[in-house]
Amino acid sequence: MNWTRATRAWIERTVPMEDLLPDRLPAYVRSYVYYFGVLTLSSFLLLILSGVILAFAGPGWWHVSSTGHFFNSIHFWAVQAFFFFMVLHLWAQFFMAAWRGGRQANWVTGVLLFVVSILAAFTGFLSQQNFDSQWIALQGKDAFNALGVGSFFNLLNFGQMYGLHIFILPLVLAVLISVHLLLVRAKGVVPPIEDGSSKKVGQNGD
Amino acid sequence: MATESGTRHERSFRMVEADLIRELVVAFLAVTVLVVVVAALLSSPDERTFTAAQLAAKDPAALETTALQWLNGEDDIASYGPPYNHQTGSLQNLGFFAPQSWFGVTIPVDPARDFFLHPLERMRALDPALPSALKAWNDASPTRRGGWETAYGHALKVTGGARLTALRFSGPLPTLMKAYLSLARSGALEAIINADGRVYQTDFTDALLPLQGDPLQTKAGDEKLLGTQWGMMKEPGNYPGAVWLWFYTLLYQIPPYNTSSSGDLLAGLTVGVVTILLLLIPWIPGLRDIPRWVRIYRLIWKDHYARRD
Repeated sequence: MNWTRATRAWIERTVPMEDLLPDRLPAYVRSYVYYFGVLTLSSFLLLILSGVILAFAGPGWWHVSSTGHFFNSIHFWAVQAFFFFMVLHLWAQFFMAAWRGGRQANWVTGVLLFVVSILAAFTGFLSQQNFDSQWIALQGKDAFNALGVGSFFNLLNFGQMYGLHIFILPLVLAVLISVHLLLVRAKGVVPPIEDGSSKKVGQNGD
Repeated sequence: MATESGTRHERSFRMVEADLIRELVVAFLAVTVLVVVVAALLSSPDERTFTAAQLAAKDPAALETTALQWLNGEDDIASYGPPYNHQTGSLQNLGFFAPQSWFGVTIPVDPARDFFLHPLERMRALDPALPSALKAWNDASPTRRGGWETAYGHALKVTGGARLTALRFSGPLPTLMKAYLSLARSGALEAIINADGRVYQTDFTDALLPLQGDPLQTKAGDEKLLGTQWGMMKEPGNYPGAVWLWFYTLLYQIPPYNTSSSGDLLAGLTVGVVTILLLLIPWIPGLRDIPRWVRIYRLIWKDHYARRD
């Protein structure tokens, strides 16, 4: 068996290009609720962009430069925007029962994205090298130690937290976002709940 | 000209023109403008770290009291337990369930040695009084040291002649404390605690742990950042913090989480269970039916239902 041919065939079968980037969509997506996802993605892109600038200049830059502080402010408020839109997106998908029709994996990757995002933000707070990170590290260590995680996830180890924040966790998020988007396109946007039908919400094919 | 696209299931509905790329670009520009404007107007918090130099200048007795606790083993870290040592003071458990002890002592910390004696050892060449005081301390029996600690603790609480008398019974401690306060005031204490012969250093465990006690708690309390003050959701200076941790933060305001000595373990497990439930909603009857009961979807797809009905 040719693995390359098999992989190409699987991709073409799972997400053909016209499904990946469609120029026509079902009319029911014309609801403001559908903007929460793309606004979350946009906030993530802004986080990456501002984060790259902060990382390029080094973790001490924004404490001594007004330009650096401004980029930190952008990064700071982009986090708030990211979580604001993501939580709205999550609630909207819940109330749409968006796992219907074999879309359970979309829901699972979405929740995983939420959890990893919390870790990414947390390591960001710990990477600030100021009173905030000092306080959060010293308070938070007890919770991580109590759960047995503190042995290999040391909040007081700046190098570990910074590495996780600027590389490992964003990479995990980027991969999860890619899978999440591919799943949305592979299965199509979740259709309206057809009330009056005999099928129950949450069951496949609703 | 638009080509037919969308998955087969989507195509069973009425289709309309869409431009996902333009939507993403417009959304990105909108978010960028919004965030840049807010950043320019509101800035972001950046309060400098709390240091031993600040404490030594503002309340030297507090630093001396903390140092005494490192020496006599009464401070929180000396009695903490895993991953710092084999004690049980901060060991959280639910019956036999104590994940804190599973991996043992992986980050060994000895407050008396790491926070107090080693920094002074490193400074011995710079202070002529230090070598003999350190030798006296190191050569003394635990009982003798205990007597000195008690006397010095008393000296910190009294004044005048009583203080002088207490200091006379404190052995080398007055010399060691004087040198330690000088070191702290110089601003070099944290760097010397962290110094281990290497130039590069990225782990600040030893430098941060010494000041985790009362002085830092008081400062955080003044800024309303304590766990019981919803501090996990806040930043210094009234900025929003991790608002998304509202549920986790809520737990710390109510029993048994805020009354149990294993509150962190309880809260962590609760959040873990809730997260797993959230993850598994599509497969949990009852939870997955809530959307149909509350009918918010009728608002989300109101155009669709209006057309259909």
